[in-house]
Amino acid sequence: MRNKEVACLERKLTGMTDEALFEFLHMEIVSHVYKEQQASNGGMDNKDRAVCVSVLEGMGFRVGQGLIERLTRDSPSFKDELDIMKFICKDFWTKVFRRQIDNLRTNHQGTYVLQDNKFALLTQLSNGKQYLDHAPKYLAFSCGMVRGALSNIGLDSVVTAEVSVMPSCKFQVVIQKL
Amino acid sequence: MSRQSNRTTDSKKMNSELFTLTYGALVTQLCKDYENDEEVNKQLDKMGYNIGVRLIEDFLARSSIGRCQDFRETADVIAKVAFKMYLGTTPSVTNWSPAGDEFSLILESNPLVDFVELPDNHNTLIYSNLLCGALRGSLEMVQMAVDVKFVQDTLRGDNVTEIRMKFIKRIEENLPAGDE
Repeated sequence: MRNKEVACLERKLTGMTDEALFEFLHMEIVSHVYKEQQASNGGMDNKDRAVCVSVLEGMGFRVGQGLIERLTRDSPSFKDELDIMKFICKDFWTKVFRRQIDNLRTNHQGTYVLQDNKFALLTQLSNGKQYLDHAPKYLAFSCGMVRGALSNIGLDSVVTAEVSVMPSCKFQVVIQKL
Repeated sequence: MSRQSNRTTDSKKMNSELFTLTYGALVTQLCKDYENDEEVNKQLDKMGYNIGVRLIEDFLARSSIGRCQDFRETADVIAKVAFKMYLGTTPSVTNWSPAGDEFSLILESNPLVDFVELPDNHNTLIYSNLLCGALRGSLEMVQMAVDVKFVQDTLRGDNVTEIRMKFIKRIEENLPAGDE
């Protein structure tokens, strides 16, 4: 090579592969957490799974807090809770997953359901029902990110996710009233 | 050289922040889980290796680079294509050994360590050790056994971050991947 070829490639690279690196890192983190729990407990029962989900969710929480700090630095303050949730669905989701939430539903009493039909962290897993029982592993971190983001905006929440057909999934956010 | 709009630039920055923050959360978690820095370094290397063996396919698919003729070409591709592609930075390739089997990558900036400070009780932590494992794993998949390590680290007070790569041997057969 082809110094010319390398130079040509250098010019072509637009750096759109940042997301690939995150996705690889995320998968490896999930794998690591489950392997370690299995190794230290000699098995993987429901309690172990809960611990793994909790560890991943906790990591996501810290990341969500960090991300939202930078995102909202220059933004005006939010009108109300719905305004915040719309921000999460549009701005936050776009910055983190490079797409917007496809559908937002609410009961106007603090519960929101965010539907992403092509969730970035599930597209590698399958299209449909294969590996469905593994999906929760790959959602825990993201649930944490949403909870962390909301926490920094001043909203306490419980965030869970469910998948019925990959790569579509629904995040449920329940705002905790003080 | 970029004709990126503001939105794309912001998006790229945000994504590298996502990676940087996630990496930070990982290191923090490992420090909690393991007694000492040595063990954390080992885990980072292992995880990097696991990522590397998969990343190489992604890299080859995106870059359509053919087989490198020699180690010098490999060094160039790593610095100018791979690092640029995934980390948005191009390290310089220097300090070649006379035999041409060892070189250094000098990183002016290391995206993994944005906003990171090592606390006092982690003097032997190699924060970015995941990179070493990833390089090792990727190259193993293209039949090269290499030794990769940090010799300078801005996090530890050095002026630059320097990664030393040494060619060990060409791998003749496909070894099973996995560092368990």
